[in-house]
Amino acid sequence: MHMINRDVMTNINAENDHIAMHVNEYLKRKGIFTVNVMGAPGAGKTTSLEHLIKLLKAPCYVVEGDIESDIDTERLRAEGILASQINTFGACHLDAPLLHNAVHAMTLEKPGFLFVENVGNLVCPAEFSIGEDIKMLQVSVADGSDKPYKYPLAFEKAGVILLSKIDLTPYLDFDEDFFLKGVRHLNPNVPVFKVCGKTGEGYAEAAKWLAERAGK
Amino acid sequence: MHEYSVTVRIAKIACDEAEKAHGRVREIDLVVGDEAGFVGESIQMYFDVVSRGTPCEGARLTIERVRPKLRCSSCGALFEKKPFSFACPLCGGNGTPTEIGREFYVKSVKLEVSDSCT
Repeated sequence: MHMINRDVMTNINAENDHIAMHVNEYLKRKGIFTVNVMGAPGAGKTTSLEHLIKLLKAPCYVVEGDIESDIDTERLRAEGILASQINTFGACHLDAPLLHNAVHAMTLEKPGFLFVENVGNLVCPAEFSIGEDIKMLQVSVADGSDKPYKYPLAFEKAGVILLSKIDLTPYLDFDEDFFLKGVRHLNPNVPVFKVCGKTGEGYAEAAKWLAERAGK
Repeated sequence: MHEYSVTVRIAKIACDEAEKAHGRVREIDLVVGDEAGFVGESIQMYFDVVSRGTPCEGARLTIERVRPKLRCSSCGALFEKKPFSFACPLCGGNGTPTEIGREFYVKSVKLEVSDSCT
């Protein structure tokens, strides 16, 4: 017996990234623009989807990612939105194989948008590509203005940011300048839309931006 | 849970190398950036479980950590970020993210092989 050393230099996420590329190609062929929706639990991601889907003219599909339950999926279905559920049973994020299985189980008849609401978490969803065209990050003013400094990767990877619950601003110490300064350092050109889930304020601009970005 | 699936991948990558060489894995050398989002101790814990009964069982994991660095958009210097600041310590310019600190790969493996198989 003797020892040998082998150089490997293999990216551990390579398989996930390969499947993500395959998922993205599949969805593109169907004319689907895919949005990976990230944000902390309770930021208001599902509420934003309800508003955006009403405003977008193209058909919209939703995949909900949660550790447990299908509360959000049922909520969207009750509004006539085509939604399906992934339960991760403990895992803190969606990965490409999970979305691969979900999209192949869906009937995506018409070109449009697929919103994939990731598990509520500002950390790991940013680390895993799932086959999306862009990541949409939602942060509420109640989450705090220090979030870009504490969770930089989510802000750096975001293709668009929704700053939600702006109606709560008078009751909180949210420092918008400090927040935006952090965002701009990490992601100089990302659009930031201020939105209010209660009144629907701000979503028309966000939907218009999404439609233009997707060419739909 | 976060580290479990990636640990399965690490064991698979190492086992593939062992099978090619008809040997057993004695050491796996990983490079993990601090912003890769994976905790070394968790990988080790899961590794002990997922490697049982495979050519990786009993292998030692070494983890080389890499500190994240920003690049100054004014003077080009690479520097480590201070909490709540992106400012370059040399010129005060804006630091922008780089890939340094996001590494996550199997660098090499040490295999034990029988003398007749090489």
